[in-house]
Amino acid sequence: MAFVNWLKRNLVVIAGLLTLAYLLLPNLVVTIFSFNKPKGRFNYEWQEFSTAAWQDPCGVSDLCGSLSLSLQIAFWATLGATLLGTMIAFALVRYRFRARGAVNSLIFLPMAMPEVVMAASLLTLFLNMGAQLGFWTILIAHIMFCLSFVVTAVKARVMSMDPRLEQAAQDLYAGPVQTFVRVTLPIAAPGIAAGALLAFALSFDDFIITNFNAGSTVTFPMFVWGSAQRGTPVQINVIGTAMFVVAVLFVLASMVIGSRRNKQKA
Amino acid sequence: MTNDTSGDVRLSGIAKTYGSFTAVHPLDLTVPQGSFFALLGASGCGKTTTLRMIAGLEEPSSGTVHLGDQDVTALPPYKRPVNTVFQSYALFPHLDIFENVAFGLRRRGIKSVKKQVEDMLELVQLGEQARKKPHQLSGGQQQRVAVARALINHPKVLLLDEPLGALDLKLRRQMQLELKRIQTEVGITFVHVTHDQEEAMTMADTVAVMNAGRVEQLGSPTDLYENPRTTFVANFLGTSNFIEAEVDSKSGDDIVLKAGGGKLVLPEARCSAPTATGGKVLVGVRPEKISLTPADDAGEIPEGRNRITGRIADSSFIGVSTQYVVDSPVCSGFEVYAQNIDRDSRLVPGAEVVLHWNPAHTFGLDAAQSLLAGTTGSAGIQEEAAV
Amino acid sequence: MATLTEAPPPLTPTAPEKKPPRKRGRLVPYWLLLPGILWLLVFFALPMIYQASTSVQTGSLEEGYKVTWHFATYWDALSEYYPQFLRSVLYAGSATILCLILGYPLAYLIAFRAGRWKNLIMILVIAPFFTSFLIRTLAWKTILADGGPVVGALNTLHVLDVTSWLGMTSGDRVLATPLAVVCGLTYNFLPFMVLPLYTSLERIDGRLHEAAGDLYAKPITTFRKVTFPLSMPGVVSGTLLTFIPAAGDYVNADLLGSTDTRMVGNVIQTQFLRILDYPTAAALSFILMAAILVMVTVYIRRSGTEDLV
Repeated sequence: MAFVNWLKRNLVVIAGLLTLAYLLLPNLVVTIFSFNKPKGRFNYEWQEFSTAAWQDPCGVSDLCGSLSLSLQIAFWATLGATLLGTMIAFALVRYRFRARGAVNSLIFLPMAMPEVVMAASLLTLFLNMGAQLGFWTILIAHIMFCLSFVVTAVKARVMSMDPRLEQAAQDLYAGPVQTFVRVTLPIAAPGIAAGALLAFALSFDDFIITNFNAGSTVTFPMFVWGSAQRGTPVQINVIGTAMFVVAVLFVLASMVIGSRRNKQKA
Repeated sequence: MTNDTSGDVRLSGIAKTYGSFTAVHPLDLTVPQGSFFALLGASGCGKTTTLRMIAGLEEPSSGTVHLGDQDVTALPPYKRPVNTVFQSYALFPHLDIFENVAFGLRRRGIKSVKKQVEDMLELVQLGEQARKKPHQLSGGQQQRVAVARALINHPKVLLLDEPLGALDLKLRRQMQLELKRIQTEVGITFVHVTHDQEEAMTMADTVAVMNAGRVEQLGSPTDLYENPRTTFVANFLGTSNFIEAEVDSKSGDDIVLKAGGGKLVLPEARCSAPTATGGKVLVGVRPEKISLTPADDAGEIPEGRNRITGRIADSSFIGVSTQYVVDSPVCSGFEVYAQNIDRDSRLVPGAEVVLHWNPAHTFGLDAAQSLLAGTTGSAGIQEEAAV
Repeated sequence: MATLTEAPPPLTPTAPEKKPPRKRGRLVPYWLLLPGILWLLVFFALPMIYQASTSVQTGSLEEGYKVTWHFATYWDALSEYYPQFLRSVLYAGSATILCLILGYPLAYLIAFRAGRWKNLIMILVIAPFFTSFLIRTLAWKTILADGGPVVGALNTLHVLDVTSWLGMTSGDRVLATPLAVVCGLTYNFLPFMVLPLYTSLERIDGRLHEAAGDLYAKPITTFRKVTFPLSMPGVVSGTLLTFIPAAGDYVNADLLGSTDTRMVGNVIQTQFLRILDYPTAAALSFILMAAILVMVTVYIRRSGTEDLV
């Protein structure tokens, strides 16, 4: 009876943890299979333990090239989308202007549109213009779909900012430029950082839009897609695992540093 | 007061309109160097707009702002020798207390700020908190940081926008005295915006009561309280009783008025209404100036006092005093505050009484205005009450 | 002393102080908007128009296409590919409902029950994002492999009998069946459900639960009458964020499904990139867009949550 009661009380916790397990299971599989030594071309069945792939992560031709291309595209797309998105967010929060509703819709629609629709229509445009598909068309597409997410993240932060802070800065002898650099930007920074991080993740991991607009250029997700047809090298799992570990460590480290800094100040 | 006028604030014909709405009607005002000046009024009366025009955060639609002899109307806020203590303080959340206070000095390119900032933090008793972030401080401490951050720049004028609004009552009283002390110590001009009449009266040398974008009356706190010139001022500062009366005759410096069946005397100097015989005048008197005597003892009231009769409708005991509501033929709901020195057991609801007071405490107002202006519930105060 | 040279004014009721429009630099907002909005107009809005125009063109790759207002393309596309459309709606709908059922307890756990583990669980929800989703989707091939432990367990528990009867699986296989596709879609878009749910749950004042308990509500009633209604904004945006991308997805159907599980995304992809029948592909894409927009609008209207962004 006590057990039944305990179960009743913690049903939500158990269900939640099961969902969490569901979310993490594939990562576990990816990690385990990064130590596999598959027979044949596909790495779907466990054979025997091996660290061969970890010792030679770039051992498959084009893999590291595609990875570096994806990182480059993600970097520039993040930069572009963050810059343009932050400007739009400031305009939306701080100023009154005509066509605000239209601007809001234009920001919202890319987020409410299936990727395949955007991908296909953008390809139509590029074909009509006779554009050479490759690095630049991918970059253009990535900035386009990351933009809205940056606007949303920055807007939320700037909206919660007290306009009196900037007035106080002006009152304390800071000119417009100094006010922006010393007060506005530092306070909006977490929102901008969140937007940039999101843009980076979206761009780096994007497949559908890239698939349509890449031509013969191969980004990392495209490489994985291709290998799913031709044969999956273990190195894919190595890189997937490494990315996961680096990301978790990065977040944990920033949290530890953040809490330590707070403690020092307190 | 000194002869130095570099800290004078002179507003000439200054006005602010937003589209068809006039926030501040053309206004002329001089705040002399070294004074503690309060702009008092309900929210939306234009007091904050006036303050922001002095700070440069708002462009006047017309008129000029002078600081001493300098016309600063066209100067942006960061070029004016004026600093503001903002409503809810506007402390920079990403900077610690030290950097908040040093902000103005650094922006003016001063390199060695340590000594000055530390001295200033000592003055407001926050030396220990220099490396904390604003959110780690209590409301009262944040308020003192805001004052320190402004004062360290040695502004010619310090502007305070409802600086105590976010504090609880007890702390507010304490900070009122504190601010007054700092003002006396540094001797610069303070312009203080508030909706709290008690705060304005305890702190300021001069109070300007604002209503609907205009200054209703300006003067020392006692002057405003004892001799209000409009019903708005009479009601906004404390409580007033009004009797509608008609001018009967004049005798010397006094006006004799008819109200109901009786006569009331009012010094002419204390009447802001036209006093032609037969004209209507609103006679006002503060509740604490009135004495209550049971009708049976009416004979003991000295000659020469204004008197009216009535019946006690309600009484409430509040410790130092008892507040009575008296219905009389000339005015229902007359308020009377009696000090509890000798309590007369006959003064209970239902008792017939005579209300009497020294004619010198009577004031006369133009009868052509609302009796309710400035009271809670009238148009001007409604939003305030909602807050 | 202070002087005042103004007569006492007539008394008028006051209006509230309004926010001033900025006078200085009236063009600033337009300059700030210009580059980003231009980008969206040229690379988002304009392509939609191109696509609309392509969908009513006829011609061939060799001779070029011309606008002939050939609306029959839409009819042909719909009559040929309606099963794929239906499948998209069915799979995406099932995945959305599964996401809600699976995601709600997790969001609730993070919001109210996690205590000091809250941040860690939050990281674990987001962290998978940092491994390419294609790699993670491929991992499902291993997890659901024929004769693997998962399939074995489902078989022993006779779950597969039920799903077979429903037409979701066939025989002893899960891979290459609709169930695998729905499972992959659910997995891929689950975080998009959990995060908005968590955001709106976290805003709920914990004392409301106590108040409901105080007013004689059983825990289940508290959930039904207080918690769930208050989390509606999260439910609405979560379902939208799951359904929209799931309906247009073709990766899961391709990697985990078979030719019998093709969704409309697969058709668009093949038509565009392999068969190069641009008008049909454009028409399909346009129908998908219109269908999604209509559904989203109706859904937002009915759930009464207008401000999702």
